[in-house]
Amino acid sequence: MNALPCTIYVSFAGAVLAWLAGLRSAAAARWVALITALTGFGLALHAGAGFTPRAGLQDLVNVPWIAEIGVRYHLAADGISLTLVVLTGLAATAGILFSWNIEQRVGEFFALYLALIGGVYGVFLSADAFVLFVFYEIAIVPKYFLIANWGSTNREYGAMKLVLYSFVGSALVLAGILWAYAAGGGQGFGLGELAAAATHFDHAQQVGMFALVFLGFGILAGLFPFHTWAPTGHVAAPTAASMLLAGVVMKLGAYGCLRVAMALFPAGLAFWQTTIATLAIIGIIYAGLVALVQEDFKFVIGYSSVSHMGFVLLGLAAANARAVGGAVLQMFSHGVVAGLLFAVVGRMVYDRTHTRRLADLRAMPLHRLLPFAALTFVLAGMASMGMPGFSGFPAELTILIGAWKASPLWTLFAAVGILVAAAFTLRVMQLSFFGTTDRSAPHSAPHSIHVLPPITWAERAGALLLIGATVYVGLKPDVLLDWITPALQSPVMQAVFGGAR
Amino acid sequence: MTPNFAGLFHALLPEAALVLGALVALAIDLAFGRGRTDAERMQLSAVIGTFALFLAVYHTLAAGVSGPVFGGVLTIDPLAMATRLGVLVLAELTLVISSGSARPRNPAEYVAVLLFATTGFLVMAAAQQLLLAFLALELASLSLYVLAGFDKTRPECAEAALKYFLLGGMSAAFLLFGFSLLYGLTGSIELPIIARQLSAQPLTPLLVVALVMVMVAFGFKAAAAPFHLWAPDVYQGAPPTSAALIASASKLAGFTLFARLLWSGFGAAAGSIAQSYVLPGWLPVVAAVSLASLLIGNFGALAQTNVRRLLAYSAIAHAGAMLLGLMAARRAGMGPLFYYAATYGLATVGAFGVIATVAQTGPCERITDLAGLHRRSPLLALCLFVFVLSLAGIPPLAGFFGKFNVFAAALQINGLGGYIGWLTILAILLSAVGLYYYLIVLKQAIVAPPAKEAPPISVSPETAVALILTAALLIVLGLFPSVILRLFAVTP
Repeated sequence: MNALPCTIYVSFAGAVLAWLAGLRSAAAARWVALITALTGFGLALHAGAGFTPRAGLQDLVNVPWIAEIGVRYHLAADGISLTLVVLTGLAATAGILFSWNIEQRVGEFFALYLALIGGVYGVFLSADAFVLFVFYEIAIVPKYFLIANWGSTNREYGAMKLVLYSFVGSALVLAGILWAYAAGGGQGFGLGELAAAATHFDHAQQVGMFALVFLGFGILAGLFPFHTWAPTGHVAAPTAASMLLAGVVMKLGAYGCLRVAMALFPAGLAFWQTTIATLAIIGIIYAGLVALVQEDFKFVIGYSSVSHMGFVLLGLAAANARAVGGAVLQMFSHGVVAGLLFAVVGRMVYDRTHTRRLADLRAMPLHRLLPFAALTFVLAGMASMGMPGFSGFPAELTILIGAWKASPLWTLFAAVGILVAAAFTLRVMQLSFFGTTDRSAPHSAPHSIHVLPPITWAERAGALLLIGATVYVGLKPDVLLDWITPALQSPVMQAVFGGAR
Repeated sequence: MTPNFAGLFHALLPEAALVLGALVALAIDLAFGRGRTDAERMQLSAVIGTFALFLAVYHTLAAGVSGPVFGGVLTIDPLAMATRLGVLVLAELTLVISSGSARPRNPAEYVAVLLFATTGFLVMAAAQQLLLAFLALELASLSLYVLAGFDKTRPECAEAALKYFLLGGMSAAFLLFGFSLLYGLTGSIELPIIARQLSAQPLTPLLVVALVMVMVAFGFKAAAAPFHLWAPDVYQGAPPTSAALIASASKLAGFTLFARLLWSGFGAAAGSIAQSYVLPGWLPVVAAVSLASLLIGNFGALAQTNVRRLLAYSAIAHAGAMLLGLMAARRAGMGPLFYYAATYGLATVGAFGVIATVAQTGPCERITDLAGLHRRSPLLALCLFVFVLSLAGIPPLAGFFGKFNVFAAALQINGLGGYIGWLTILAILLSAVGLYYYLIVLKQAIVAPPAKEAPPISVSPETAVALILTAALLIVLGLFPSVILRLFAVTP
């Protein structure tokens, strides 16, 4: 447990080391990055093995930092943060394996990548709003350079849009936190302190602060109608960055919604609950329908991420222990599955075929040219559709059961979203990998007979890691639920669930 | 008033060191400079200047916080001491960067004028009497006019200097007129007596006129809208190192001087905007200037293609945020304002230092002139990355905490219950606009490939050290802001 803060420090140190190593050789930078990510992942798993689930946050570090305004460097973890820290380690490791083929400015790439990872670990472990905010912003800026420098389609536009959306979100969060700090008498930024102070705020203040903070974090979680940065950003990003963006960065938003907005301002949640649920359901169905008609392979996955994050937001909005537990499980599940999908699209397929247009891919017998990619995508697609045996199933089921308690209507509409998800996943699977089944066709079409480079060991390792995780959690969701459920019994969370309907 | 000349002498030792240093630099250059290259003369003068600045730092630290001096003409309170140290550090960085990058035709004069300007800043930091404040301001301003026009080979440099001089002269006239009205109203030029007199007076129209006159001069010094029009032209035309001094040390000293004038002199006439109604006074005027600066600065910067003009507009936007800190100073003390101004000065000196270095090997006017900086000089690109992100307010750099602290202080006045709260929220949201144009600069420096004919840039060792030191200071101060804030913990 006490080694968890080291995930942050190791990542930042690794960022500097990778940059220095990159000045000498690309291979050195890659290995530094992989070892750093593995160390972080190992630390997270080690902490998970020694973790005793308890209600409430367990302190890791708590020392004064800026005494003049009452900021403490306070890190703490509970089952929710631990789940997401493990996810971050997993996604970071897989992302590095899938960016093994980066050739340009390798050191800088991995330095920015690891700095981003360090910021993400920091957010998940913060128990002080100031510290959380600092790490949150540290995670924003590297994204711009990762996408603008190493990205593809329309990368400068996608990068700027993504970063500005994130930054507007963080400005709203800052406004909300500072308002709460000022209203609380300027004592400190500890999440516990702020929550205690917030009980004395009047209703209008809570409603206003909740709106600012939830909207700010919600933008990053892909809340409809502020989700438009996500598809363009994901598509423009290099594979590893898309994996991280969809895998963990969107989770930062959802985590912030839960840990800051909901935990601090329960009365605000009660006021906005229906609005959030409605937006979440619109997001699930709308993004799913948009994914259904995309012509670009990666855009399908980009919109599917928005759709799946809608389930997380719905689970949060339902505000009962079961639904929120399901939402956290869905965060983990989607982090793994989206990473896998982006890896297949961006690394295994696009880097070899240099096209993402479904019409072009359809002309290639990809299931024969890249059988491993096809297998991975089928498994990932099944996980994404929420088939039993994969992590998506227990997660979405738990959310739907929890949402039923809040309002059966929500469950009904969200279930439509699952159908839509199945539709667009099957469509894209068919078009991309199993388009041409006619054996004579590829030989007559000269552009598709070129031999594609084989799948590398790094890709196999990364894919197996992620498939293993989704299957393991799918078969035994209790590993994570045993961590998550006690965390939802804490007094702060009970106040949240008590305030909402 | 009992004249205590020994006390005055001790308090003014830093200024004396600078003036002596300037004279020695001139004399040595006159005696031994003949027949040597400009670079050698510049280095020699810079060494003397550095020595003088270090001596000044030593005397500032040795004198410590001693309170009013010479019957209250000067006051060496924590704010004065912090400002003096800040100004000296910024001037030293500017000097080192100029010695490594700029090669002015009269190096000793350049260093001497820079030291005279710094002398003016030091007196501004401590002045507590209208006459002395005005004299210090004029000493600093006249030196800056000279520095702005120092590059005699470029016509736009002369244009910058003339514009700066004409507008500066006019603002000085306004300030003097305002001061004379205040003297007429209160019968004194000592701030404590003025404060006492004003608290017994209603806000008469004549007082309003006097305050507005002072605000005009303040707006000019701070480059705040609508008195900002000189800034883009001067930043663009002046030599980059002179622009660095105008944007950093001069601003820090100016904010200290006017914060002292407004709060400890005219605090009684402050008025209020903490509620949803306005109590007349100078605070509503400052709020209006702040609002205009935030809007004009941030949106004006979006349209710029010249990197120096972009920095000028960003300076206007930053002035708007600093004015928020000024408004919050009654409750939160001078800590947030000083921290903001000092760290902003550091980042600006650094950014102009990078521009000055790039400008040596090729033009550095348009933003696209920075293209491919990461390949032409990785060190400069890395330093610029730190400076620009600090200006944008990204943690863990000092610019972030500066903004955070100012906004927290401003919101603590009355939450969102009054105009100042809404102004703060606006400033927070506008920082997202700011990130856009800062990223445009970084995109060129870090992402874009270099132009075909662009040669690598060689950075002289002293410039490299100064830039790395500046970047390191921004990181350290950002991680441990208490280093500065602690100085202000005892002041109300």
